[in-house]
Amino acid sequence: MFQIRIHGRGGQGVVTATEMLSIAAFEEGRHAQAFPSFGSERTGAPVVAFCRIDDKEIRLREPIMQPDALIIQDPTLLHQIDVFAGFQPEGYVLLNTSHTFAELGLADFVARHKNAHLACLPATEIGLRHIGRPIPNVPLLGGFAALSGLIKLESVVLAINEKFSGKVAEGNIAAATEAYEQIRALMKGETHA
Amino acid sequence: MLKQTEGSHAVAEAVALCRPEVICAYPISPQTHIVEALGEMVKSGALPQCEFINVESEFAAMSVAIGSSAAGARTYTATASQGLLFMVEAVYNASGLGLPIVMTVANRAIGAPINIWNDHSDSLSQRDSGWMQLFAETNQEALDLHIQAFRLAEELSLPVMVCMDGFILTHAFERVDMPEQAQVDAYLPAFEPRQMLDPAEPVSIGAMVGPEAFMEVKYLEHAKQLQALDLIPQYAAEFKQIFGRDSGGLVRPYALEDAETVIIAMGSVLGTIKDVVDEMRAAGHKIGVLGIISYRPFPLQAVREALANCKRFLVLEKSLAVGMGGILATDIRMAVTGSGLKGFTAIAGLGGRPIPKSSLHPLFCRAEQEDLPPITFVDLDQAAVDKQLEREKQNRRSGPIAENILHDKGLVSAKFG
Repeated sequence: MFQIRIHGRGGQGVVTATEMLSIAAFEEGRHAQAFPSFGSERTGAPVVAFCRIDDKEIRLREPIMQPDALIIQDPTLLHQIDVFAGFQPEGYVLLNTSHTFAELGLADFVARHKNAHLACLPATEIGLRHIGRPIPNVPLLGGFAALSGLIKLESVVLAINEKFSGKVAEGNIAAATEAYEQIRALMKGETHA
Repeated sequence: MLKQTEGSHAVAEAVALCRPEVICAYPISPQTHIVEALGEMVKSGALPQCEFINVESEFAAMSVAIGSSAAGARTYTATASQGLLFMVEAVYNASGLGLPIVMTVANRAIGAPINIWNDHSDSLSQRDSGWMQLFAETNQEALDLHIQAFRLAEELSLPVMVCMDGFILTHAFERVDMPEQAQVDAYLPAFEPRQMLDPAEPVSIGAMVGPEAFMEVKYLEHAKQLQALDLIPQYAAEFKQIFGRDSGGLVRPYALEDAETVIIAMGSVLGTIKDVVDEMRAAGHKIGVLGIISYRPFPLQAVREALANCKRFLVLEKSLAVGMGGILATDIRMAVTGSGLKGFTAIAGLGGRPIPKSSLHPLFCRAEQEDLPPITFVDLDQAAVDKQLEREKQNRRSGPIAENILHDKGLVSAKFG
């Protein structure tokens, strides 16, 4: 079983992102379970949502306390909550920022973890460019597909088409694709953004 | 058709497939997405035979449901928590009048302290209301139980609550197999009311009944629920014939064959329990699980039979009878009266506290060793409790408990996210 935790803020589409991730996994014939950390969702407040992916039925109903992957939609959360709680040593981190891990004071964290599994992505900027709104969730899913290889970009596109239609879907597909390609390029260069 | 969708949406689609004629509901978390989705379906014309009635409160929701059901319309509503409590007088009337309403209860704690998270306090507070209560383990089962519930309710002319864990199921996206309309039509016949406000054959419904006849009317409610003990397994078997899967029934045994220790629970926590039991089985422990699907009527005989070969059991429940202990556990102990079985109760997950495998594993091992007190409060912060008790001993004006505990735990208010 692979467990993903997404941290963000109310209004950034955190819950939607885990739902789409579960749809993408479902489209690949896998079992997936997405659920939010339950509570009142308020714009700007920290929000957590979870997604499990497995090849067999998922029965477990506890929150994800030891994530194999973290998607962090807002870097300011690093100062507010322990987003890395329970993070697995070989796990994946995708962080929405136009800065580097080092610039955000995470050089030590990077040194302790598997380099090729960690990446920064300017997802808000990509969202603004293609969707016209500072919504980082879908670009991060595209980037996560590239970083982890867990799901295909085509599956993310299928999930986008299930959640959105028309111009919004088109913009999100373009954003996810650009993010996917950015992370692919980054991984080939084997350096951190 | 297989699809990846939210539990609430899956239930809304299943209810729509049952061809309801009146849906009346007042939104309350975590049930809101269900009635929102149904409202959208009615508005879009997808349910042309159905009227969606916006009401001003839960009391009105159940009152309208009583009226529409008495008029012979297949009627659905949904609620949770304080919403269920607000409609209670009408809840008892629905069952007392014998009206086959189906209601989803998206299980949630009851305040005070105010809390919107999952436990089973709400529907269990209606234990004796005369409604049948079926508990879903997964979203698949939640949607399947709604289809079975209409059939059961209408055959017996008694209302049914389909209980599903709020948020944990209602807000979870997972795989479900959505039935075809033709399958549901083959399983669920058109509603033929046993009583109906019909101008062509006028009757009154709701007579005042004195001591001369009240007991007989009440006894008939009980007798019908006892009939349901036969109908529920029968309808689950017929469901399997048409839909090809096991859903519903009275109880669900898991790894029980040679189990010496049996864990008993209701709802979605059974999934986590099964994962723990699989791990313990792999390590050689003789442990199994008994899921209770039908809480009312309570399947005393089925429980007794399922526990016939074990040595001990642990009831894990998301509910607390304050001043007494377990609620489900009381019924389980009634089922095994005279058997000499050793039984334990564990109260867990109140107000949405997560029930992780890491807490269940040691609990089950201790149950196996019979090294548990009669009641265990899983993951209770005893130090926080003791501190408050000490505060009350030291200071007459010790203040509001909820605020004190939040302060002691360093929380300003409930933690969102």
